[in-house]
Amino acid sequence: MCLAVPMEVLNIDGNRAWVSAGGTKREVRLDVIDQRPHIGDYVIVHAGFAIHRIDQEMAKETLKMFEEMFSNEAPG
Amino acid sequence: MKHLDEYRDRELAQRIIERIHASSKKGIRIMEVCGTHTVSIFRNGIRDVLPSNIALISGPGCPVCVTATEEIDKSIKLSREHDVIITTFGDLMRVPGSKSSLQKEKANGADIRVVYSVSDAIKIASNNPQKRVVFLGIGFETTAPTIAAAVLEAKSEGIKNFFVLVLHKLIPPAMEALLSGGDLKIDGFMCPGHVTSIIGASSYVPVTQRYHIPCVVAGFEPIDILQAIYMLVEQLEEGQAQVEIQYKRGVTFEGNKNAMAIMERVFDRCDTVWRGLGVISKSGFKLKVQYREFAAEDSFDLSIPKAKEHPGCMCGEILRGVVTPAECPLFRRTCNPGHPVGPCMVSSEGTCAAYYKYQA
Amino acid sequence: MRLRKILLDHGGGGKASHDLIKETFLPQFNNPFLMELDDSAVFKVGKARLAFSTDSYVVEPIFFPGGDIGSLAIYGTINDLAMRGARPLYLSVGFIIEEGFDLSDLERILSSMKDAANKSQVLVVTGDTKVVSKGSVDKLFINTSGIGIIETNINISGQNAQIGDKVIISGTIGDHGIAVLSQREGLELEYPLKSDSAPLNKLVFEMLEASSNIHALRDPTRGGIGTSLNEIAVQSHVGIRIFEETIPIKEEVVGACELLGLDPLYVANEGKLLAFVDPHDVNKVLDKMRANEYGGEAQVIGEVVADHKGKVAMVTRIGGTRIVDMLTGDQLPRIC
Repeated sequence: MCLAVPMEVLNIDGNRAWVSAGGTKREVRLDVIDQRPHIGDYVIVHAGFAIHRIDQEMAKETLKMFEEMFSNEAPG
Repeated sequence: MKHLDEYRDRELAQRIIERIHASSKKGIRIMEVCGTHTVSIFRNGIRDVLPSNIALISGPGCPVCVTATEEIDKSIKLSREHDVIITTFGDLMRVPGSKSSLQKEKANGADIRVVYSVSDAIKIASNNPQKRVVFLGIGFETTAPTIAAAVLEAKSEGIKNFFVLVLHKLIPPAMEALLSGGDLKIDGFMCPGHVTSIIGASSYVPVTQRYHIPCVVAGFEPIDILQAIYMLVEQLEEGQAQVEIQYKRGVTFEGNKNAMAIMERVFDRCDTVWRGLGVISKSGFKLKVQYREFAAEDSFDLSIPKAKEHPGCMCGEILRGVVTPAECPLFRRTCNPGHPVGPCMVSSEGTCAAYYKYQA
Repeated sequence: MRLRKILLDHGGGGKASHDLIKETFLPQFNNPFLMELDDSAVFKVGKARLAFSTDSYVVEPIFFPGGDIGSLAIYGTINDLAMRGARPLYLSVGFIIEEGFDLSDLERILSSMKDAANKSQVLVVTGDTKVVSKGSVDKLFINTSGIGIIETNINISGQNAQIGDKVIISGTIGDHGIAVLSQREGLELEYPLKSDSAPLNKLVFEMLEASSNIHALRDPTRGGIGTSLNEIAVQSHVGIRIFEETIPIKEEVVGACELLGLDPLYVANEGKLLAFVDPHDVNKVLDKMRANEYGGEAQVIGEVVADHKGKVAMVTRIGGTRIVDMLTGDQLPRIC
């Protein structure tokens, strides 16, 4: 299951943070996240809790993987 | 990067689809274990773009759909206590018990409130000290840590009128149970991204090794799912069976140690009943001794007449891919989207519900 | 024995609502005007063709960003009349008010209704007020009925969509539903999202001036465009194909839908319309719409097809096709 969405961290207050997705903001809790996020980081939010801090490098790697996958193909 | 639109790009999708068509030779059956994958596959029309030799099979679905009749009956019994407010995720409202559902009980006057987070339930408990607030703790490993955190909060804040009916279910034991039946016609698993954010991709290593079946952990955007299918195709064409992570931005091999520790602190593992699949060993949670004050089953009388699982329901076989919905004696007769019996019909995108709606 | 009770689903505008109407209401009131199952009934009185419609308003919260229950009650009925091509003229309003309701809130609502009626050039000509004991209703409910007149050459109905017609939406979808829901779910929106609650009679009037080949109109309120498109597909015995990429939607509506697990196709609108227009006239109609304050973001989102009669299909962003079904009832926030 488990509907969860990437949201940007706007500010952090102890165990809570305000996060935003496309201008929709909500307060979430940081109790269960493993790496404490910084402002500007993206976290994956499920049912009012941040469950994972998105590793920007890993995200870039996935996108790079696509580039490499298709780099030896003619466009189109 | 907002980690959303990048994974919805039409051109990129087309190129991955072409790749899949070019590489996929064998007839293969891939099970998506997670209900959220099922919904995304449906909403994005992914079945429609795959070659005909690739079949996507919907797995045990969402944790809600597999909530047993008996568990719904207990929730309904709780909702009938005069001083109780039931708090629940919206998903559970329409799931049928033996005779009723939470939605119908609400129509009869029960105080049942849909919340977005267990934190909302704690707030309701604080605001209604004269009431007893019961949260229905459904969900897989993604949700269970949030409920555990709420129990810890209630303990440290000394909240006395908050209770949880723990109904959590765990994914790897269910995959094992499906596979150990021996007749499972599945060649590869698309594993649930957000469950794996918590438990780590390493959790699937025993399954791949024991049953020689590839597992790819996938995200939920269309590009994620297509790429995961491509990775599974590659493994299957080459006869490999490994655990791979497609959803690298959301998942690690080790998982979220903090969340796992919180679950360990609050819950013990126990056997639990899955709708349509029966009892699966060590596939559920119960509150540990030191948190029993929050256990709904300890504070309320939850004895109910033995719930009748419908004897004809073939959801177990349908999930294993052994029979099609049309072969189930209940399909379209006793069991339909308005009056679902098993999890495959309860979930609006479950195998039976989809079959009912789209294969007229 | 199944429990025979009314559930919230029966009021959600989806399949449960339609079944209730078909199985419980229609057998009692079977007549050709009602059987059209359109937004308003159309009949002749003397030489005049009149449209007649009624609707009840129970929105919670009663004040929301971009509107309130009062203006909504005026615009909703005006729009139901306009969807038959009628020029709305006269309205009735009925109030059911809970004992203890704040008089200043009532005044605020009435003032908003007055402004709404002025803006859309209709007169409230009759009304009724009932007060019930505390707890019998939630704050206040409003019913409005309306009468409008239809020019002789106009024949617009949900039954008239033609194969080949283009489907136009007048603007972004889901604004009302998310504006109201965000109040209830503790969401905060960066650019406070307003309900799109608006009168569409002037927009319709201008569209009709531009083309005499507008076949069907519908305002996709409860149940969203997903439900309205299904209704038209069934009423007109046609298939409808829409294209996901072309559907206008605000970023914060997408964000809120992701967060709460909702499909924006089924989220309510209160100031939008779907138009089924002959392909030759589409550009003329679009130009007119885009010049109107309530049609600035009008888009062609699909077409009427001969395949899959009675069903709606959507070509997704990645080029796949999915069925857009009618939902059983209201969408609930979900976690999976």
